[in-house]
Amino acid sequence: MRTIDPSAVQVILATDCGSTTTKAILIERIDGVYRQTHRGEAPTTVEAPFADVTIGVINAVTEVQELAKRRLVGDDGRILQPATGDAGCDIYISTSSAGGGLQMIVAGVVREMTAESAKRAALGAGAIVMDVIASNDRRRPHEQIQRIRELRPDIILISGGVDGGTTTHVVQIAELIAPARPRPRFGSKYTLPVIYAGNKDAAPLVRQAIGNGFDLTIVDNLRPVLERENLGPARDAIHDLFLEHVMAHAPGYDALMQWTDAPIMPTPGAVGNILQTIAARQGINVVGVDIGGATTDVFSVFDGTFNRTVSANLGMSYSISNVCAEAGMANVLRWVHMAMDERELRNRVKNKMIRPTTIPQTLDALVFEQAVAREALRLAYVQHKAFATTLRGVQQQRTVGDTFSQAVSGQTIIDAMKLDLLVASGGVLSHAPRMHQTAMMLIDAFEPEGFTALAKDSIFMMPHLGVLAQVHPQASLDVFERDCLIQLGTCVAATGTGQAGRPCFRFALRSGTRSETGEMAFGELRLLPLAAGETAMLTVDPERGFDCGAGAGHRVEREVRGGTVGLILDARGRPLGLPDAGEASRAQVRRWVQALDIYPDRAETAQGPA
Amino acid sequence: MTAGSAYTPGLRASARTRYRVQRLLPIRGDVLVAAGDHVEAQQVVAQTFLPGDLTPLNMAKLLAIPPADVPECMTRTTGDAIAPGDVLARTKGIFGRFRTEYKSTDAGTIESISAVTGQVIVRGAPLPIQVKAFLAGRVVDVQLFEGCVIEADVTLVQGIFGIGGEVFGPIRVACTRPDENLTGERITPAMKGAVIVGGARVTADAIERARAVGAAAIVSGGIDDEDLRTLLGHDLGVAITGSERVGITLIVTEGFGEIAMADRTFGLFAAREGAAAAVNGATQIRAGVMRPEIVVPIDGPSAVAGDTANEAGVLGIGTTVRIIRDPYFGRIGAVSALPLEPQVLDSGSRARVVEVTFGSGGSVIIPRANVELIEE
Repeated sequence: MRTIDPSAVQVILATDCGSTTTKAILIERIDGVYRQTHRGEAPTTVEAPFADVTIGVINAVTEVQELAKRRLVGDDGRILQPATGDAGCDIYISTSSAGGGLQMIVAGVVREMTAESAKRAALGAGAIVMDVIASNDRRRPHEQIQRIRELRPDIILISGGVDGGTTTHVVQIAELIAPARPRPRFGSKYTLPVIYAGNKDAAPLVRQAIGNGFDLTIVDNLRPVLERENLGPARDAIHDLFLEHVMAHAPGYDALMQWTDAPIMPTPGAVGNILQTIAARQGINVVGVDIGGATTDVFSVFDGTFNRTVSANLGMSYSISNVCAEAGMANVLRWVHMAMDERELRNRVKNKMIRPTTIPQTLDALVFEQAVAREALRLAYVQHKAFATTLRGVQQQRTVGDTFSQAVSGQTIIDAMKLDLLVASGGVLSHAPRMHQTAMMLIDAFEPEGFTALAKDSIFMMPHLGVLAQVHPQASLDVFERDCLIQLGTCVAATGTGQAGRPCFRFALRSGTRSETGEMAFGELRLLPLAAGETAMLTVDPERGFDCGAGAGHRVEREVRGGTVGLILDARGRPLGLPDAGEASRAQVRRWVQALDIYPDRAETAQGPA
Repeated sequence: MTAGSAYTPGLRASARTRYRVQRLLPIRGDVLVAAGDHVEAQQVVAQTFLPGDLTPLNMAKLLAIPPADVPECMTRTTGDAIAPGDVLARTKGIFGRFRTEYKSTDAGTIESISAVTGQVIVRGAPLPIQVKAFLAGRVVDVQLFEGCVIEADVTLVQGIFGIGGEVFGPIRVACTRPDENLTGERITPAMKGAVIVGGARVTADAIERARAVGAAAIVSGGIDDEDLRTLLGHDLGVAITGSERVGITLIVTEGFGEIAMADRTFGLFAAREGAAAAVNGATQIRAGVMRPEIVVPIDGPSAVAGDTANEAGVLGIGTTVRIIRDPYFGRIGAVSALPLEPQVLDSGSRARVVEVTFGSGGSVIIPRANVELIEE
């Protein structure tokens, strides 16, 4: 790859090859600052009849070329580099999740310890984890072998044992994998890569057990001692093997890899990259969510620790039926403020599943889909919280002061009160007709506490910026701050529960242009205007039993940031309690809908056959 | 409004089309046919053996010896064939007495013996795998060790969703009109082994009766979600099907709910009454979508008129479309305008739209994403 002088970079082109769409964006240096200027998209061409990813890339880039009036594709059908005058680009980068992304099996000795660390490494690298094999996963060995045989992974990651510890169990895992000979997705000519990141003393024995049928890579132990994870080497090995094996076997990627100035990354890995960069740079805790048609990815960075989960089968089209099955229709319908026929809804859900590209035409259909989205997001977040924990198996040193503390290892590190920024992306969130809808879906599903800024990824640019951060961090940050995120506003919510209508907290808002005070009753939701780019000081005095960040009943004063929605004061309490689906629930939700002007009145949009 | 055209997906429904099907083994094996051969639908065209199931035996534990001692206690070595009752390992005992031995309970071969874990892995007998032709026709290509491609002229109907695997049987149309529900009383014992074609929604009692008489498959316009749940015994989360074992293959051509089969589709089945069909309910709605199919080979030059298959294509003025989402779900009409500019929908979203005019009069504006092509 070429050496790039960051100071000389004027034009950057980035693509993201998704399962269905390839998206291209152009970033240009304008008045010394990098800005995203144009975007284009085209269908991904990994599958037959095209079977060449570069066709879709060139089509998407051609759209950008036409919009930007800048020649980006050369006569040889390749991306023009470097930039000269009004042609070409200085940097070209790409991410990919085409062909179903990177699919892995991970294995470890103890499910809650090394196997979980291995899963964290794989997910963090952007993989879909098909199954986790562990000595204590309650399956009998022949069942584990059967499972390994059925799956068709791209890579297998084996971990197990701390350095210097027993070797038997991890070798046993290797002995199960070797004869199972899982068939790789890309045909018989593909040698399945296996990464070993376990007890270093067992490495030669694992090599012997695995035999010659695999391409074995040995890296540092990802859990060298119980108290510490060392996921870096395993993640790097996954990225390398993703390029060398998986991408090299996907149609057209050999050519695409030659074009790019940074290694092609799995799309979710790139999103994780940019969120970690932002969290580190601004010293904040971030949660990001990307809800797709089939899956929902949740990313979090808390106190510098990064976690990612993929909730397979929680999505808004291919998996919409599964969301309703997992959550239960009653839980979906508690978010709906209008009466709906459940039998008809069930058929509608199935029809969306079998024709996933359709979009809601009526307000009822939109309200229902957004209700399903709340449940998909809520379930995905529950799974994320259960996964993003302190290391399990770590010995706790307890003092007299801890006598009454219930803290144990393996507790979630997600603390809603410490969350600073919640970022939304994915169709149902990004394309909601009103940003208020996006904000409310986030609040209802994630139940942020205290002061939390809400934003959405304008055109799902985070993957591009995640790769760019590796070659040109400044450009990546410029675009992230100026063009990537649309600030929705800030949510201020009190924890605790109370009686509806009783005081929850008082507030005083001051900015250069206005001041406003008021009182929030329990169960109430209120929207105060605070435009994008505006900030104000907000003082909150919670009643006894309610907490906005400084402890129950204690005053909090913080600067709040405005956005396209504004400042949302949420006195519905945490955890959020809703009556069961029914008229009482609908009336409650209707009040919230009206308070935030979430949906238009029906009368405004009535339309029928002409 | 400006007329234009747009790409819109559709399902294939063709009276006569040249159809090719690739039949591949999951792993390398023997192809039993040659290019040019004529094959019948249920003829085996390729076969192989999957390596047998693996059974790990913790020999160290079974014999109560250290793992390192396992190899020298083994009476059989890696690669040896074993039968039930064979002694696989025997401890040395004390002065040659008090020996403990382990006898195999299954047949197979020794795959590996580990001195590290004391584990012995036994591989069971190979599992035969056979691939049938599915399509009665001519073998046009053979992929050595992998499978073949079969071709024939067929009447082809793709459904929107199905469950169950490949089955075969004659077409028996059980309804007189495409908007008639397929109910239990329309199923007769004479339909044993048949592919029963209904009109609109197939009811739960019809499915039950069809299973009872031993029908091979049901093809109908729609099904109620609750009836599908009853049939499967669980709620279907994602549309990846084909491996269900419910005693019948079921395909719906239009969707879920009260919905009539498209006239044209019903007409195609009616024209092939009694003809032998191959049916596959397997559906995968993901990237690389796979829809269920009903394939009815046509022997020689047929009286059935030839036409072009209705695949994904271009939406133009006059094109007949099916509306595939509420509030007009299932209605069929003709495209009367294709406005260029996106419009605001009832939901508040902006989307590119199409104006559809119904035969009965009246027209509606629909998002382009919510229509699919259908042929007259």
